[in-house]
Amino acid sequence: MESNALMLGLVCIGAGLSIGLAGLGAGIGIGNVGQGATMGLARNPEVQPKLMVFMILGMALAESCAIYGLVVSLILLYANPLIG
Amino acid sequence: MEHPILFISLILEKLGLPIPHGPIGNGFLEKLCEPYMTYTWFVMIFLVVVGKLTLGNIEMIPGKGQNFWELAIGGMHDFFDANMGSELTEKLFPMIATFALYIAVANLIGLIPGFMSPTSSINTTLALTIIVWVTHHIIGIRAHGASYIKHFLGPIPVLIPLMFPIELISNIARLLSLSIRLFGNIMAKETLLGILFMLAGAYFAPLPIMLLGVLVSLVQAMVFVLLTVVYFGQANEHAH
Repeated sequence: MESNALMLGLVCIGAGLSIGLAGLGAGIGIGNVGQGATMGLARNPEVQPKLMVFMILGMALAESCAIYGLVVSLILLYANPLIG
Repeated sequence: MEHPILFISLILEKLGLPIPHGPIGNGFLEKLCEPYMTYTWFVMIFLVVVGKLTLGNIEMIPGKGQNFWELAIGGMHDFFDANMGSELTEKLFPMIATFALYIAVANLIGLIPGFMSPTSSINTTLALTIIVWVTHHIIGIRAHGASYIKHFLGPIPVLIPLMFPIELISNIARLLSLSIRLFGNIMAKETLLGILFMLAGAYFAPLPIMLLGVLVSLVQAMVFVLLTVVYFGQANEHAH
């Protein structure tokens, strides 16, 4: 019983850390993308429609790392293979 | 994941239909009455009825309703044209535009108390994503035939044993990332709204999140459609 409670606690910590750290990295990445897009736009405002596509694409790719973290934490919480 | 009060579920319960109390129902009828199913039907009916009402007869000099649709449909058409070529746009415009309208309305409808976003269920988003994923492979095979496999081999012949598994995994990861991006964002919005509503709904606590929710809904619909268009465009053009 006690070891089971410990395991559940550790799983919760792991799930939180998984999405938390993934979100940290993705946040830095998306910030960089936004910064780059804004600087490019300030230099050359005519490229706005073209730049928008690349900016959202870059943000989506940076975000997908956070999504993998979310998947891991959801698996840990709801479909954990180690807990019966 | 769910608002405290879902009025369609309440109506169905009054009619004597079985309503599942968890996210997944047991019998076939209970599965049909799950909130995301009923609200998907609601969104579909909403889109059809609004389209009929605002666009009853197309006129040469557009009225208010027709102006809106001309702007929305024309804007989407130009956007797809610029990003995946006019040939594919002619073929696939109805499908992608339907996805865009459906996702945007489905995201936004969850902001009204008593409604729920169908896209906050992984089933809906995964279904949309599987359609997109299969379609982009069909486009690639139609356009290139057997040489479509060059898309997965990378630029250098020596590195094929290394590149092929990586490209394959990254292609399959599109299924995961595209569906869970939409699901995660919308579910987070719904959960946050639900918690704030239960916590301090009388003091309008969910109001600022609702404002952010409008932005998130529209941006996520746009991101889904943009990624769909980019995948279609990539499958159609030559490997490089």
